[in-house]
Amino acid sequence: MSHSIYEGGLRSWITTVDHKRIGVMYFVAAGVFFFIGGVEALLIRLQLGSPESTLISSDLYSQLFTMHGTTMVFLVVMPLGSAFFNFLIPLQIGARDVAFPRLNAFSFWIFLFAGLFLNSSFLFGGAPDAGWFGYANLTSTQYSAGIRIDFWVLGLSLLGVSSIASALNFIVTIINLRAPGMRLMRMPPFTWMTLITSFLMILAFPTITIGLVMLLFDRNFGTNFFNPAAGGDVLLWQHLFWIFGHPEVYILILPAFGVISEVIPTFSRKTLYGYPFIIYSGILIAFLGFGVWAHHMFAVGLGPIANSVFSAATMLIAIPTGVKIFNWIATMWGGRLRLDTPLYFAIGFITLFIIGGLSGVMHSSPPTDLQQTDTYFVVAHFHYVLFGGTVFALFAGLYYWIPKVTGRLLHEGLGKLHFWMMFISFNVTFFPMHYLGMHGMPRRTFTYLPGLGFDLMNLVSTAGSLVLGASMLVFVWNLMRSLRRGPPAGRNPWGAATLEWTLTSPPPHYNFRTIPEVRARDPLWREDGVELGPEDSTVPEPVMPSPSAWPIMLALGPVIAATGTLVSSLPMALAGLAVLVASIYGWAFQPLER
Amino acid sequence: MDMHPTTTGVPNRKVLMWTFIGSECMLFGTLIASYLAYRGRSVVGPYPEELVNIPFITVTTFVLLMSSLAMVLALSAVQRGDRRGTIIWLAATAVLGLIFLGGQYLEFSHFVHEGLGLSRNLFSATFYLLTGTHGAHVLIGVIWLSSLLGMELRGNLGAEKAEIVEVAGLYWHFVDVVWIVLFTVIYLLV
Amino acid sequence: MSHSGEHGHSGAHPSNRTYVLVALVLAVITGVEVMIFYLEALRPVIVPILLVLSTSKFILVASFFMHLKYDSRVLRGLFAGPLLMAAAIILALMALYGMFTAGVA
Repeated sequence: MSHSIYEGGLRSWITTVDHKRIGVMYFVAAGVFFFIGGVEALLIRLQLGSPESTLISSDLYSQLFTMHGTTMVFLVVMPLGSAFFNFLIPLQIGARDVAFPRLNAFSFWIFLFAGLFLNSSFLFGGAPDAGWFGYANLTSTQYSAGIRIDFWVLGLSLLGVSSIASALNFIVTIINLRAPGMRLMRMPPFTWMTLITSFLMILAFPTITIGLVMLLFDRNFGTNFFNPAAGGDVLLWQHLFWIFGHPEVYILILPAFGVISEVIPTFSRKTLYGYPFIIYSGILIAFLGFGVWAHHMFAVGLGPIANSVFSAATMLIAIPTGVKIFNWIATMWGGRLRLDTPLYFAIGFITLFIIGGLSGVMHSSPPTDLQQTDTYFVVAHFHYVLFGGTVFALFAGLYYWIPKVTGRLLHEGLGKLHFWMMFISFNVTFFPMHYLGMHGMPRRTFTYLPGLGFDLMNLVSTAGSLVLGASMLVFVWNLMRSLRRGPPAGRNPWGAATLEWTLTSPPPHYNFRTIPEVRARDPLWREDGVELGPEDSTVPEPVMPSPSAWPIMLALGPVIAATGTLVSSLPMALAGLAVLVASIYGWAFQPLER
Repeated sequence: MDMHPTTTGVPNRKVLMWTFIGSECMLFGTLIASYLAYRGRSVVGPYPEELVNIPFITVTTFVLLMSSLAMVLALSAVQRGDRRGTIIWLAATAVLGLIFLGGQYLEFSHFVHEGLGLSRNLFSATFYLLTGTHGAHVLIGVIWLSSLLGMELRGNLGAEKAEIVEVAGLYWHFVDVVWIVLFTVIYLLV
Repeated sequence: MSHSGEHGHSGAHPSNRTYVLVALVLAVITGVEVMIFYLEALRPVIVPILLVLSTSKFILVASFFMHLKYDSRVLRGLFAGPLLMAAAIILALMALYGMFTAGVA
């Protein structure tokens, strides 16, 4: 690629505050963590491929499934979402960058450092091993000696800072930096879902932050938040975790819904059916998502009233979700379908998400859930919604938008090969888990006895997982090939409707030389939908924020402090605090544009 | 920095601070909920009713309320271009905040002296975490305001000083408002 | 949302006198709260009374000191939403911990 917006050495990437570059960095980092999380998954599957396998010890197995979950949720799907938010939002709303470009860069660096911090645990005594949900009081020092859980607590805390900072930035950006005429109900659905997701992030992360602080205190300062002997309640942890954790899964799926709401209309060559319903249902899902958390706790004994309330709320949330699915199908109905890779992934998403949603609704009934909870049925459910759902949707988005990012088209044949390999092997891997769960195979166990009826399905699942892993290589190959010799994408290879497609691929450093004036939803599909200004030198080149080293410096502070806390070194913790404070002042006194 | 005028007419920093305050509502909400969940469940003493000193805390609460008045007078001075008033009232806000923190320190010392260490019981855990988090927020506010004061004294608070002081004020008032809730929940409803 | 040129806070500003008045009211309400605490006779109804009083203080600070009364409705929404969410979570956890049911939890 010889595009000037990506040119420059390491220093230019470390000090960048350009949302497009930051988006690319999020994508690359997420990709690397996806590989790591995928290897963890494959090791899990290899261990479970046969009964009483001795390939992986129970200790290592606990670390693997904990890190697989933590990595996929926090270091892959969320950053991948961020990659999309970062690259696209300013373009979609007609802005030149986000509201706070340096804060944006900071969010990336602290995420990256947190991911490295968390994974470094493998080298320092072992990775966290109490599950991605870290239930108390397994996580107490009594039952989890050493620093594995402290790695987890501190790593997640750092990630929370990244997410909250990023979400704050996108909320201000979407509220305040829209081009003239870009009313809220004219915004692209992806922008809307980003706004909703960002609110979920700022509202949900504080709760888990408090839970993590309590756990840190219990483990390091002798408090009794989760110590039953002192009157503490282990369920308080579960409440705090799931008050965060349930909105978190909507944080993971709403951006995917946003992507689908753009891909389906573009490749049906038809406007999104029921746009207001898509938006309102997104808002409703987010709102209701805060009221269902105890459906993760149906088996702990909350009592019939609590169970019923949360059960009803959980069933209710299926309604706005269903509305979206009907709207997507209605969009395709009567459209002139472009059968390209993005649409394949979008249709794949709808199919797999419906399956995952159905198993989800089955969980919403407490009596049914008592059978299903802690079995592989749940594992099937969440992989169908998270992988079959979010990951498929994000691949649809990647195939759709990568040409805008790189300026080159991906190869269609390879894309379709990737899709079929992935779609088929995904189902081979995860569908048997419904069966396994129903027949009683528990979650989170490192092996099983032979002759319980689990052997064949596990073997099939493992075989599927190996092909699933291989399918990713097709995508990587496609991407590498495209970067080297893909045909030029041009501005709007798909004939899409939204503002980012008015710009060159990739867009110039400043995005829009003249801020457009928007007059309709789907501006490129409406007669007089948008008024674009001159792109040439009749308009002076916009002054953009200068690169800055303070974001990465500021990100180092908390990481050093966390390391100090981890190894119980007060000097190091204080050094981290000093770096943090000094960086804040350095940043505050540095003008944005120099 | 606004690269073009904002869609709502409200400056970006102000929208940012209000959104951040929303997030902080959930932070303190979680802490308050946890405090309430564990209320009365300590297995050993000392218990809150034995320790709290209502008259003392009423005074510190009053101090914090007055610091909000000082803050708003500081903002008013900045908006009028009254440099002397700005300096006086920013300093007053910070000083009142420090007095409040001094009161917290005295209270904590007294509690520890009476046997309520951090790890003593559920009251100690939830009380110190909740009020400690609040106190940390006050401390950050004092540092922030002192920095603004220093910049104003050196004359380099800049052209956007009204916006910056306003945003700092929003943070400060929010921290005060949280204390209003804590005063009621922890002390008056002991 | 129209692209407006008006600045964040509208022309209307409380005067310093208003601010001092509000502060006085806040101090008085605080005094009343403390008085009620010491009046044993009011113990049975102390919770609702204190809730009303501290909510009033909250609203006064938010409306006047934080300027919400005079500012764009967007800001009111940005505050009210999360505030209600936090209140709901507090109430939900209180319910789950048996604070609204009499007798043994």
